[in-house]
Amino acid sequence: MSVDKETVRRVARLARIAVPEERLVPMAGELNRILAWVEQLNAVDTSKVEPMTSVVKVSLQMREDAVTDGSRAPEVVRNAPAGEDNYFAVPKVVE
Amino acid sequence: MSKLTDLTIAEARDGLKKKAFSAVELTEAHIQSVEKARALNAFVTETPALARAAAAESDKRIASGAMRPLEGIPMGIKDLFCTKDVLTTAGSHILDGFKPPYESTVTRNMFNDGAVMLGKLNMDEFAMGSSNETSYYGPVINPWRRKGSDTKLVPGGSSGGSSASVAARLVMGATGTDTGGSIRQPAAVTGIAGIKPTYGRCSRWGIVAFASSLDQAGPMARTVRDCAIMLKSMASHDPLDSTSVDLPVPDYEAAMTGNIKGLRVGIPKEYRIDGMPAEIEALWQKGIAWLKDAGAEIVDVSLPHTKHALPAYYIVAPAEASSNLARYDGVRFGLRVSGKDITSMYENTRAAGFGREVQRRILIGTYVLSAGYYDAYYIKAQKLRTLIARDFEEAYARCDVLLTPTAPGPAFGIGEKTDDPISMYLNDVFTVTVNLAGLPGLSVPAGLNSEGLPLGLQLIGKAFDESTLFRVGEVIEKAAGATPRPQSWWEV
Repeated sequence: MSVDKETVRRVARLARIAVPEERLVPMAGELNRILAWVEQLNAVDTSKVEPMTSVVKVSLQMREDAVTDGSRAPEVVRNAPAGEDNYFAVPKVVE
Repeated sequence: MSKLTDLTIAEARDGLKKKAFSAVELTEAHIQSVEKARALNAFVTETPALARAAAAESDKRIASGAMRPLEGIPMGIKDLFCTKDVLTTAGSHILDGFKPPYESTVTRNMFNDGAVMLGKLNMDEFAMGSSNETSYYGPVINPWRRKGSDTKLVPGGSSGGSSASVAARLVMGATGTDTGGSIRQPAAVTGIAGIKPTYGRCSRWGIVAFASSLDQAGPMARTVRDCAIMLKSMASHDPLDSTSVDLPVPDYEAAMTGNIKGLRVGIPKEYRIDGMPAEIEALWQKGIAWLKDAGAEIVDVSLPHTKHALPAYYIVAPAEASSNLARYDGVRFGLRVSGKDITSMYENTRAAGFGREVQRRILIGTYVLSAGYYDAYYIKAQKLRTLIARDFEEAYARCDVLLTPTAPGPAFGIGEKTDDPISMYLNDVFTVTVNLAGLPGLSVPAGLNSEGLPLGLQLIGKAFDESTLFRVGEVIEKAAGATPRPQSWWEV
């Protein structure tokens, strides 16, 4: 499986990272080196192996379904680059 | 009396208790060391005013006889831990100006136990790196140099500010985090001790997430005992982290009896890798001899899937990182770079805010999770994790603890490995298996190489058996003899 320029463009779009046109081909090269290296895993027969879902053998704990926190709007928005009246502000998304 | 900055945490604790010096004096001595060591670039943010206030409070507590376990001990905090109202950057441009309105559970535990924070420590961006060279705030310089050379060496990574500041006597201990070796490898190449606890031992709440199924916080300090003291305070069950375990935190110091008679130490043959420097092999043999002399039984074991650990890690970690780092979009915190619409605002912000290695890993992670590739990469890697964990389980049927080198070599020069990501990734070849299996691993300083650079040995334990690691680690530490302190060439 090898990554080409168009795949990098698509993945960068999915990842919401602007990759300039002239970086697409070099980035494809960098990703292909790493992907070629990880493909050595194909040599291992894992047909009878379950994928790991948790490294420690503990079951998730239950808790009471209760409100334990909240009403902290000023703290929540405090670090926002733009905001007004305890709301986040973003560029216009609906015409 | 020796300089206050040369004391271990255990010695400082005794000195404070006996009122041989005050917490304010101890903190002041360390603040001065920090100010003289800016050439090392170990700190992103210094917090001397907070430190002085905390130390004054510690002196009141000591006077009233209500001394807490870390009372008055000057510490550094890796800049991955959210600290209330104190800039927290994760070494990244994208978190510009971020002051968390909350405190991470680990740092809260430490402050509740009396620790004094001197500041926030530099690190690889989002903990992605093994040399501290990916930080937006520039590389950290290792206080150690090769004999007769002034070449600047890396302090390891990603907890490079932590390792450098502890080795250079700027702080008595520091927090680190370890996703693939980020506590143990920097500890080894700076001649200090550091432990990655079992997954779930320390709460991850309030720690900027990298790869959630691998990340774990732990202490870094100049002795094994100091790490034991710190971990006792850092570890807790936390309802805010559903993966933190509800098990009592043992008294790790009490377990350090010095007696390892009859303990079975496993030596995994797969860790003898091609091209391993002779001095690393020699150090490993020395470690085996020290433990044998102390009465341990040496057992040869096999961990057959070891060689697949790094490639599996470089699927799982970027995949989880690509999800975790989706939250940095220029809306809720940090940097925002405008664009023609909201999507281009996201894309421009993330292009400007993330460094090259972080972008590379997000793209790899997004690719391996994308439609059609998820099974071939991510599920395959998670199956390898099952096999790697099974290897350890089978080995532990025959032994109690494993002994390996920590890193494949000593500290290297700044810029030596930055052009080749895979050669950089190989730094974690001995440490990454432990993260994939969720086990605890301790790096112990074990001597200097022929160039005068520190090397470390790693002990790997059974899940939640940190106590045995501390007990065996102290035996190695004593046999190796005290690591000398680096020459303070950086002082101005």
